[in-house]
Amino acid sequence: MTAGAPPNSPDASALSVAEAPSPRTALWRRRLALPFLLLGGAVVLAGCNAPSFGAFRGATVQGHDTFKLWSGMMIAGLVVAVIVWGLIFWAVFRYRRRDETIPRQFHSNLVLEIIYTGLPVIIVGGIFYFTVLTENNVDALAKRPAEIVHVTAYRWGWRFNYYSGNNQSQHVLIATKGQPQAVALPATSSVYPQLVLPDDSTVEIYLTSVDVVHEFWVPEFDFGRYAQPGHPNSWDFTTTTTGTFRGQCAEYCGLYHAEMLFTVKVEPKATFQRWLAHQQSAQAHSGALS
Amino acid sequence: MTVLAERPSGLAHPEAEHGPTGLLKWLTSTDHKVIGKSYTITAIAFFLAAGIMAMLIRVQLAGPDSTIVSQHTYNELFTMHGSLMLYLFAGPFAFGGIANYIIPLQVGAPDMAFPRLNALSYWLYLTGGLTMIGGFLTVGGAADFGWVAYAPLSDAVNSPGAGPDMWIVALVLTGFSAIFTGVNLVATIFYLRAPGLTMFRLPIFTWNMLVTAILILVAFPVLTAALVMLWCDRHLGAHIYTVSGGGVPVLWQNLFWFFGHPEVYILALPYFGMVTEVFAVFSRKPVFGYRGMIFATITIGALSTAVWAHHMFTTGTVLLPFFSLMSYLIAVPTGIKFFNWIGTMWRGSLQFTSAMLFAVGFLIVFLFGGVTGVLLASPPVDFYVHDTYFVIAHFHEVLFGSAVFGGFSGLYYWYPKMTGRMLREGLGKASFWFMFVGFWVTYLPQYLLGLRGMPRRIAEYSASTGWAGLNLISTVGAFILFVAAAFTVLNLWVSWRSPEVAPANPWDGHTLEWAAASPPVHHNFTWLPPVRSERPVWDFNHPEHTTQVHRRSEGAATGVERVLATGHPDTGEETER
Repeated sequence: MTAGAPPNSPDASALSVAEAPSPRTALWRRRLALPFLLLGGAVVLAGCNAPSFGAFRGATVQGHDTFKLWSGMMIAGLVVAVIVWGLIFWAVFRYRRRDETIPRQFHSNLVLEIIYTGLPVIIVGGIFYFTVLTENNVDALAKRPAEIVHVTAYRWGWRFNYYSGNNQSQHVLIATKGQPQAVALPATSSVYPQLVLPDDSTVEIYLTSVDVVHEFWVPEFDFGRYAQPGHPNSWDFTTTTTGTFRGQCAEYCGLYHAEMLFTVKVEPKATFQRWLAHQQSAQAHSGALS
Repeated sequence: MTVLAERPSGLAHPEAEHGPTGLLKWLTSTDHKVIGKSYTITAIAFFLAAGIMAMLIRVQLAGPDSTIVSQHTYNELFTMHGSLMLYLFAGPFAFGGIANYIIPLQVGAPDMAFPRLNALSYWLYLTGGLTMIGGFLTVGGAADFGWVAYAPLSDAVNSPGAGPDMWIVALVLTGFSAIFTGVNLVATIFYLRAPGLTMFRLPIFTWNMLVTAILILVAFPVLTAALVMLWCDRHLGAHIYTVSGGGVPVLWQNLFWFFGHPEVYILALPYFGMVTEVFAVFSRKPVFGYRGMIFATITIGALSTAVWAHHMFTTGTVLLPFFSLMSYLIAVPTGIKFFNWIGTMWRGSLQFTSAMLFAVGFLIVFLFGGVTGVLLASPPVDFYVHDTYFVIAHFHEVLFGSAVFGGFSGLYYWYPKMTGRMLREGLGKASFWFMFVGFWVTYLPQYLLGLRGMPRRIAEYSASTGWAGLNLISTVGAFILFVAAAFTVLNLWVSWRSPEVAPANPWDGHTLEWAAASPPVHHNFTWLPPVRSERPVWDFNHPEHTTQVHRRSEGAATGVERVLATGHPDTGEETER
């Protein structure tokens, strides 16, 4: 990057403060334009076909937004990393000691220093802009969600209470305690508590904990949030894909943390409504509504 | 006024040293060199102990449904692995070990400013460390709430027993030890500099230790206070962090991370300083952008106090854009450092000793850890990968990258000065190559595991998750890292058993420590070269290649432009205060 004057040149043109754009500065501008375009393009173009870099693409609208941000940032990050790695490797291979001559003792280049300070500020500003956009989408709460589920985390299991319609207090209790010895079962096994949700619907989760801090985390939704005693959290998401997804407590919560699993089953709306009605009538008969 | 201060040679001769020797010397010494060595050896011992715990963790996770250790033991292992590595190795190795030994030498001082406080600091550290490890001997076992000890998991109901109490007390003790060392470093750097050694002639390592020490003084008292409150909750029913008594659990997270994030830079900045010295010396060039580097360090220090809540994005209790922006901004001064390091090597004459290899390795691995760190500073991405192996991979890349690659670089660089013996280059290079390969094999799969849904701190996982293959690769990588560390331990052993005498200045060093003997005599210096730049020893040894004076110095009628334009050092004789 300090490729300025030829070695041992006394005039050291690269070290002088450039008044007018010399041919050399123009060359540098062209060179710097490329990574700029790549970075900008990466963030903008990161859409449905964006490379995943191993991440889930998000089975909800909000999750997919997060995925797009992830993908764009990853591309930008890798472009920066490859350029810097390239400079390191170039320096390491090009300037290995060949003889005992002492190299020219230069130690600064004001123009270069301003560029490599300013450039990261601009990159960071761009990333921050896209972050805030995505963050506002992910955190936005719908006024009338199709379903509200109160999720209670405890050591070591989950309880899901359904509030059908808006603020109707008739609710369904589906509680299953995590089974410490059942870990060999497939993660989609019915042994673990299952959160059943309608497809193509906005679902609000109201999350709390009765003991320590847990985290409600569904990797394929690209989202997780702490379940905390004394500070409930609410957020919503819009399902886009039917299927059964793994869920797990991600915040360490003590002895059987590894087995605090659950599953999320997203089914078509009609199937979901039948399931909900069935649960309600079954519980009305047994009267178990604790 | 700088004059070679030739001391009467008899005064500071090693033989003139009196006082106890052997074990009694070690127990009673207030010499920063003895304390520094004690710190270094103790920290390496804790590093090896924590490394063995890491191996047990990786063996447990190598396959699905593993029962090699019980869940309870596993929880103790990862808690103590993290606690030992962060509180007892990475920090104390840098500021108690290497800096304690090197800083007085780099500033041309006979000792630290407060030698007895320095000794107290070491004994508090050793006592605290043994107390923490002693938890394993209690009935309930060692602390098992993770190195972050989140309330209310760490309260008396959820984590009863003596082990957790010992962990709390141990951290209070080592916290005070860190605070005392911080005070000592600040006082030494401000008040004990040699004549002519102005602030902007200090070596970068000294500058970084100054900022580190100030960060210690900002961060550690907060941790100590938080721990005292936790102890009061556990034993006096204080209810500071419990909901039932009207307390606020998330307060712990705020206090802990207000300590915890500056702590990350307390663990990184010293190693940034070490590799800076190494790059300059083994490139035979001055540090590129010396002042920019210093301002970057100060900026990192300042920003690090305003980013703590990026560990708490998923709590839903913090202002996301503020902490996100602050965290992103730290990438800017860190990026400046990268360009400074590359600029230092640029058109240099690079000699790949073990120290230089580890420094270049640090550069390569830390870069990737830094890039994933920027991703984690984005709240939506953090919602996805928080508390997963993605985070594990990220912070191991930055912490292993700095504390082990950077730390080993510093160790290979200063070992001759500290012991008067050389380390074997062959073993050092073997250690580096195993470490470089093992590093990627261990941590790259962990990024993928996190993205595919593996949370951190789980003792087992089922085969149906499909994580077994990547975990096995990661475990193989951990064994390669183990071999790498073993080569360096072997190297220390070989140099101890069959010494190879080190000259005073084996690397053609730049800074004042290379003007002292190896190891330095009791009061460090018998003579000092004149200090006219940040490279006094280089200037003295290479009068025809002195550092260009690139700053507007008092009384010198020259500006940056003129010096740069002529390409010659400032010819106006600089006058010292």
